[in-house]
Parts: sequence; structure tokens; C-alpha cells
Amino acid sequence: MKKKQVLVACGAGIATSTVVNGAIEEMAKEHDIKVDLVQIKIAEVESYVDTADLLVTTAMTKKEYPFPVINARSFLTGIGVEETKQKILEELKK
Amino acid sequence: MSDLYFDESVIHLNLEGDTKEDVLTEMGRHLVSKGLVKESFINAIIAREGEFPTGLPTAGIAVAIPHTDVEHVNRKTISVGVLKNAVDFGVMGDDSKTTPVRLVFMLAMDEAHAQLSLLQSLSNIFQDEDTLKSLVEAKDKTNIKQLLEEKLSLITL
Repeated sequence: MKKKQVLVACGAGIATSTVVNGAIEEMAKEHDIKVDLVQIKIAEVESYVDTADLLVTTAMTKKEYPFPVINARSFLTGIGVEETKQKILEELKK
Repeated sequence: MSDLYFDESVIHLNLEGDTKEDVLTEMGRHLVSKGLVKESFINAIIAREGEFPTGLPTAGIAVAIPHTDVEHVNRKTISVGVLKNAVDFGVMGDDSKTTPVRLVFMLAMDEAHAQLSLLQSLSNIFQDEDTLKSLVEAKDKTNIKQLLEEKLSLITL
């Protein structure tokens, strides 16, 4: 299986994406899935449209992308985090 | 990369403000006066909050984690604001919604993509209703400082 490229983005690429990045890293390890995690600012997503398989973000996305977008606020608040993890996992296993 | 600056002087009790901009300005100004951030930090953090809101509805007390780019920061710190009255912040990732915030954690980070354990501990606090309640109800700054030092593992033994 090809290693999936997962973009992890927030407004500044400083705080929230760091937490989400860590959570996905852990999850991938747990399920023995290899992922190429790229932590960026939401404004930088454009540069990855040709290579990315998934975008996980805490910021708003107003544009349409050729890959799925998953909202990751739950990683910070804990509300609905299992659901979010399931969604990410499904995409990683595709 | 610098050590995290954290003591009573970056904690605000009964912070008053009608809008998120009031709160961010007040907290930002204080960090400027202590030399922890540059003058440009205030406008940058207000602009960032407008573009990418950081309000987080939790199971208990709603929080916000305003932050901005590293170039506005001199020394890494977390400023805590306990608001006298709730102030509406936009919800992170959903600009159609707002949430009534009582606790503001203003993050001044001097390095991108770092501080994982600190930020994870912070998000653990957001998932802990009792701790959030204790922070909002704390009567003095030292209580808040001690509680956060413990929860964020800031004390290195």
C-alpha cells in the first residue's frame, strides 16, 4: 500500500496542528500504518493539492480540494474525538 | 528557543472586556509591557483571531487559545485570563458559530511545530471539567499558577 500523505493544518501551523499531528502519529503507530504527515499552515495547502491524500485541520476550509477534509477540533476538546479518529483511520486504510 | 515564562504576573483575574478584541488587547499589552512579546503581537493576534478563531466549546467552560506567528514573540509564555463575564469568541474551524469564553490561554510561542507535550497537556485540561471549574473559581493567582504548573508539568524536578 502506498504511504498516504496527510496534511495537518491550522491557522498558524504552531499550536493546534502540533497537537493533532501528535495524535495522528500515535494512532498510525497503534494500527501499524505508515503515513507521511506534513504539518503546515492552512494557507500552504495549495502547494500540496497534487500529492496529498487527506487534510486534517482545525481551521475553516472554504475551498474545494481533491481529497477529503476532516475537522480536528475534537482532538483539543475531547468532544467526539473517537468519531474523528475513526474517520481518519478509514481514510488511512483506503 | 527560550524557557517558558510563567508566573502570577501573566495571570489575570476578573478580566473585564466587552469584546474579544478588548480582552486580547488587554492581555497583549501586558505581555508587551513585560517585554515578552513585541508591540506587533497585539495587532497580529487580533487579526489572526479574526481570520482563524480559537474558541473551543468544551464539556464545561468554554476556552480560547489565541496565538500568532513566532516572529512577534521575544520569550515563550502562556498568559491566562479568567474573564469576569463571558465574551464571545468564534469557534475554531467553524466561523458561523461563537462560544461564550470564560478562560483565555494566550499562547506566545517562539518556535513553530514545537511544544507538543505542553500543548497536549493544555488540551487535556480542556477535557477536564473539574480543572476548568477550579481555574474559573480560583480566588487568587497563586492557586491558578500552582494548578497549571501541576497540570502542565511545568516544574522540572
